[in-house]
Amino acid sequence: MVRKVIEASEAVALGVKLSRPAVIPMYPITPQTHIVERLAEYINDGELDTKMLHVESEHSAMSAAVGAQATGVRSFTATASQGLALMNEILFIASGMRLPITMAVANRALAAPINIWNDHSDSFSVRDAGWIQYYVESAQEALDTAIQAFMVAEDHSVLLPAMVCLDGFTLTHVYEPVDIPSQEEVDKVLKPYKAVHAFLDPDNPITQGAIGFPNAFMDLKKDQHDALLNAKNVIKESNWIFAEKFGRGYGDGLVEPYMMEDAEYAVVALGSVCGTIRVVVDELRKKGKKVGMLKIRVFRPFPEEQIVEHTKGLKGLGIIDKEVSFGQEGTVYSEIRSALYDKDLTINGFIAGLGGRDITPDHIRKVFDSLDAEKRTEWLF
Amino acid sequence: MDEVNKIPTVELFAQGHRACSGCGGALAMRLALKAAGKDTIVSHATGCMEVVSSPFPESAWRIPWIHVAFENAAATASGIDLALKKLGKREKTNVICFGGDGGTFDIGFQAISGAAERGNHITYICYDNGAYMNTGIQRSGATPKYASTTTSPAGKVIHGKTEHKKNMPLILASHGAYVATANVGYPQDFIKKVKAALSHPGFSYVQVYAPCPTGWKSAGEDTIGICKLAFKAKITPLFEITPEEGLKFSSKPSQTIPVADYLKTQGRFKHMNEDEIKEIQTWVDDQYDKLLKMEEHGIRF
Repeated sequence: MVRKVIEASEAVALGVKLSRPAVIPMYPITPQTHIVERLAEYINDGELDTKMLHVESEHSAMSAAVGAQATGVRSFTATASQGLALMNEILFIASGMRLPITMAVANRALAAPINIWNDHSDSFSVRDAGWIQYYVESAQEALDTAIQAFMVAEDHSVLLPAMVCLDGFTLTHVYEPVDIPSQEEVDKVLKPYKAVHAFLDPDNPITQGAIGFPNAFMDLKKDQHDALLNAKNVIKESNWIFAEKFGRGYGDGLVEPYMMEDAEYAVVALGSVCGTIRVVVDELRKKGKKVGMLKIRVFRPFPEEQIVEHTKGLKGLGIIDKEVSFGQEGTVYSEIRSALYDKDLTINGFIAGLGGRDITPDHIRKVFDSLDAEKRTEWLF
Repeated sequence: MDEVNKIPTVELFAQGHRACSGCGGALAMRLALKAAGKDTIVSHATGCMEVVSSPFPESAWRIPWIHVAFENAAATASGIDLALKKLGKREKTNVICFGGDGGTFDIGFQAISGAAERGNHITYICYDNGAYMNTGIQRSGATPKYASTTTSPAGKVIHGKTEHKKNMPLILASHGAYVATANVGYPQDFIKKVKAALSHPGFSYVQVYAPCPTGWKSAGEDTIGICKLAFKAKITPLFEITPEEGLKFSSKPSQTIPVADYLKTQGRFKHMNEDEIKEIQTWVDDQYDKLLKMEEHGIRF
């Protein structure tokens, strides 16, 4: 293990390098590009024995990842925003074909108006694509999660693709000190990929991607749903393995509570804004206010049980959404209200940070100040 | 006896699939796999042949086969190509894409161009029946002018499709690929070209003329007869294009026939008037002459 100050994009790239995928299809899009640029350097410098494929679109990037993974090898790609939207069709096919592809998503707003800055509208638009969705807060977590995503996706009780979402610019382009595990250390926690169910081998020919008629389709979808729920245990397990081997854990792997034990008021958020919330929680705690934060690290599968557990005893809860389901409300807000529908708790939703709008400590103070009364959704401009 | 007329008797595209009788596409699949042999992986675009061959839990494929979506057979195959290279199995394994003309000329065009530009080691075989047959005979970029389809119907004012067919073979040749045209009515020639394509170290493209009795409003038992007429009428010139030698005809009809003799075999052309038939005759002659000149002058792509 060595410690270096690196960009979070490089942290992802290092996590991927240490996971040794066989094939990386790549296509540029801001703010993701630094990830594939670093990987291309590792490959061309002979540090990483991986085949890279310079595809002509993100749709082809995901299609090629499907082709490689279906042949029986580990594959990775990265994208953001419009690129993720262009991949949309194949995301559903990757999960339906039970291919444990791993992908980094540098979260960026969806056009129009075209905007290269951060929010969560891209990955939330594919919430139901059947992928595991991690949201990371720091460069260190980005590196660790890149490795854990392979561990979870490839587990035989899961066999589903995973995306590691990190906030565009606010995290991808930020330099932080990162502990980088050695190849030997990572090899102990992540075994080589061995395809047991999806391979293209002339000595053992199978048909992949067949038509599912109504008599079969629904059963396969139930299997897929159960497999995504199975991922909860594997996510917890891989987080625990990292805690034991490297001394780093992120809550139970699914959610990470901060100062929640005796909290009366709390804020729920995902990704890099959690850093800002921690600062405000510390500040309010110094003033004697019993406040806390619950970071959702994994949004799919949804950690309902953990949310119910950690919000017990609260008087007020605020949910920060960096996206909006137009005509309804923030998606995290909707889902948490649904999880806590029978609890006597005031829950307010806050739409914030769209298209790179700053979320400042003042915004967070305002959120904590407005958790007593039921207000439903407020926009933090 | 493992071959008849130099065609292997092994069936890797198995009997029992659900294609219509007289389907040229099914014949193309069957013959292509006879050429390729069992060490072959197929990446299949959505379309008739994908639908009729893979109703879960049944499969007509005795080789490893994958279908992902409509427009991405070449991109999927690019991933397979690199995975095989990484596994050290590239040399002994063929990678073939199958796509209909809609999946090739139109929606799959970008992925094919990308794979050809990169030189991925893939043989892309387009079975060309000149329309989106799987969705119910809609116009594609491969539909011939004046053909009546469900989205270019022969109306009172507009008589079928208003544009000529896209010239995919020459477009792919311009990518530096090995290119061949074939016709399921000439199986030995098709097999020979698939083998040549597979031995090409980079991207190769084989476009095979494959009648669709359902879409063409022709009789199933006439499929091969129509194939022969198409060749004689110069509708399906048979050639190969290599980066080294340019365009070479593999055979030319000893005696040509008027396109009218070909058009009248199919209900999709039955509305055409004399002027329209004459226009098609002129266009076909002109296209054919251009190819002859390319061969004559040794034009390389």
